[in-house]
Amino acid sequence: MSGGVDSSVAAALLAEQGHDVIGLSMQLYDQRGTETFGTCCTLDDLYDARRVADAIGIPHYILNFERQFQDTVISNFVREYAAGRTPLPCAHCNSDLKFATLLDRARGLGAERVATGHYARVEQSPDGRWLLRRSADPDKDQSYFLFSLTQDQLARASFPVGALKKTEVRAQARRLGLKVAEKPDSQEICFVPDGDYAAFVARKEPAVARAGAIVDTGGRVLASHEGVHRFTVGQRKGLGVSGPSPLYVLKIEAESGQVTVGPRAALDQTMLTASGVNWVSIEAPSGSMPVSAQIRHRHRPAAGRVRALDAGRAEFVFDTPQPAITPGQAVVFYDRDLVVGGGWID
Amino acid sequence: MQRIYFDHNATTPVLPPVVDAMAAALREEFGNPSSVHHFGQRAKAVIDQARSSVAALIGADPSEVVFTSGGTEGDNFAIRGTAEALGPSGRRHLIGTTIEHEAVLNTLKALGKRGWEITLLPVGETGIVSPDALKAALRDDTALVSVMHANNEIGTIQPIAELARLARERGAHFHTDAVQTAGKIPIDVKALGLDLLSISAHKFYGPKGVGAIWIRRGLRLLPNVTGGKQERNRRAGTENVAGIAGMGAAAELARAKMAEESARVAPLRDRLEAGILKAVHGTLVNGAVSARVPNTTNISFDRIEAESLLIALDLEGIAVSTGSACSSGTLEPSHVLKAMGFPAHRTQNSIRFSLGASSTAADVDRVIAVLPGIVDKLRNLTRTPVRA
Repeated sequence: MSGGVDSSVAAALLAEQGHDVIGLSMQLYDQRGTETFGTCCTLDDLYDARRVADAIGIPHYILNFERQFQDTVISNFVREYAAGRTPLPCAHCNSDLKFATLLDRARGLGAERVATGHYARVEQSPDGRWLLRRSADPDKDQSYFLFSLTQDQLARASFPVGALKKTEVRAQARRLGLKVAEKPDSQEICFVPDGDYAAFVARKEPAVARAGAIVDTGGRVLASHEGVHRFTVGQRKGLGVSGPSPLYVLKIEAESGQVTVGPRAALDQTMLTASGVNWVSIEAPSGSMPVSAQIRHRHRPAAGRVRALDAGRAEFVFDTPQPAITPGQAVVFYDRDLVVGGGWID
Repeated sequence: MQRIYFDHNATTPVLPPVVDAMAAALREEFGNPSSVHHFGQRAKAVIDQARSSVAALIGADPSEVVFTSGGTEGDNFAIRGTAEALGPSGRRHLIGTTIEHEAVLNTLKALGKRGWEITLLPVGETGIVSPDALKAALRDDTALVSVMHANNEIGTIQPIAELARLARERGAHFHTDAVQTAGKIPIDVKALGLDLLSISAHKFYGPKGVGAIWIRRGLRLLPNVTGGKQERNRRAGTENVAGIAGMGAAAELARAKMAEESARVAPLRDRLEAGILKAVHGTLVNGAVSARVPNTTNISFDRIEAESLLIALDLEGIAVSTGSACSSGTLEPSHVLKAMGFPAHRTQNSIRFSLGASSTAADVDRVIAVLPGIVDKLRNLTRTPVRA
């Protein structure tokens, strides 16, 4: 229970259906310091969660996961930026914290499942396999952030608002008399509330602030920069270089510190490989398989063919070139609303 | 669900006679104790009566007792009041211990940031401060030594008579936070040779929001709360008459029942402790067992996160606690167990059981009966076990 409307309604609906519900909130970073608090799970949000739990008559506890959050999500976030990649912390939080440590704790308390306010649907196929589907609300769908859940994790997951649209969730909150019914959605990555990822990474890992060169595709130095963590593939703003036409980040090489920029057209790629691939609706396919692939949160999936490689890797070839395939982000393979699988873009 | 409350060191239920005394004060004694007229006099009489009762609980003269808003205010008053009174004469060194309550620790820290020098005395794994450590720390410019009477987490009783003697020999004030001993064990401020002692009503079946500080007659201490002339000019603000009436009633009851209650609760605590050690493998008692308040035991559970065990017990209707809670209500590693030199995991796998007036042998036996199952389940399902 983050204190937001989605997890509040999720808990309230389950309680209303007669389930034995325990409310759990996670404290993910130190709340005492003078640092700006995050946008989610701040003291105000924990207060909201507590008030909602009281209103629906369930016990509520706050778990201190500061250390685990640091060890799993934040350290990965920093490491990825330092390696010139663009991390996806929410997906790691889901598979490495919420449906890992939190799930274990919940099971220790006797819980059968962990329910969250995610917009996605989980169901079991007749052959027993657990399936993950997109939410009923395409604008709010969060299945992209859940692709790395294993069968064991999905078997213990429940997404009570996944079959609802956001407007319906708010209507349910009003019907249930929850004070958070009109609370705005959280937007930013929760532990970087000001959205300045580069500054956050540099605070955590000062060594990343190592100067490097911005070069064009011919290797010509255009400018210098103050660290690869400040860049993302596809980025146009804040490069400090100008040309006759807009320039975009094409490639980030952490070791040499070199950032390659070029025109918009040079961003287009047809092929990607991914690591840490998790096959959700099927076992790893033996041949090449037609699916569509989503390569970032707001990306409209594009058609192509996926092929499993060894060592948990996969290769995807798009039917039409896609701009800004960004290492560190997830590629999630869909068959209509069904999550076939996904992995981390190399 | 039949609930068991084993968290009396956090707070205690208000006893019915205390509620009656408070209700009577609220209903009938609305006067301002500072008023000259009849109504004021009646309210003043309620406070005077309570002051005598509180004084009797700690072997003090009533004129030396000042009512506060609780233990934290008393600790602040003793420390800041001494620092301000003696600082100008050059005494700018303050001594505490590493196992003090936050009310003392954070007040010392705050003064440390404002130029006072702070020394925190170490404790060994017994959780008891050694007089030699104090002797070594005392200086000519030491203004105050503050050592808690008994620790809230592990219950160990400190040798405060000896510590106080050492402090006063060097001209320093000696304060003790007696929040965890008042009502549990006899206190005689004169025999202990103290200068300052703070207590809180809600730890001995009184209401929250009221406490008292005992200030030895003649001691130099500047007030913390300034304003009107209440409490002999030592603590301004219109008195919390009903709260004070409740504290007085609670002090009376505590004094009358202390010996009997202590003799009843200590064997229950021992039974609980022995029962847990026997029924749950991988358990250890934290702190010296030879010098403890009668109601407290603190036990480490190997390969357990205290946070989970606390929640699991609560879901079974058993209320216990760990060290300190942070602002959100989550648990932090115990600074007390850390100060005792225990490794990190042992500061996060400990549960405090603190018994009290409502505790029965049946409660104890139920806790002993359900604990092994809960602990086994947690140990089996924890992916990242915490080793003891």
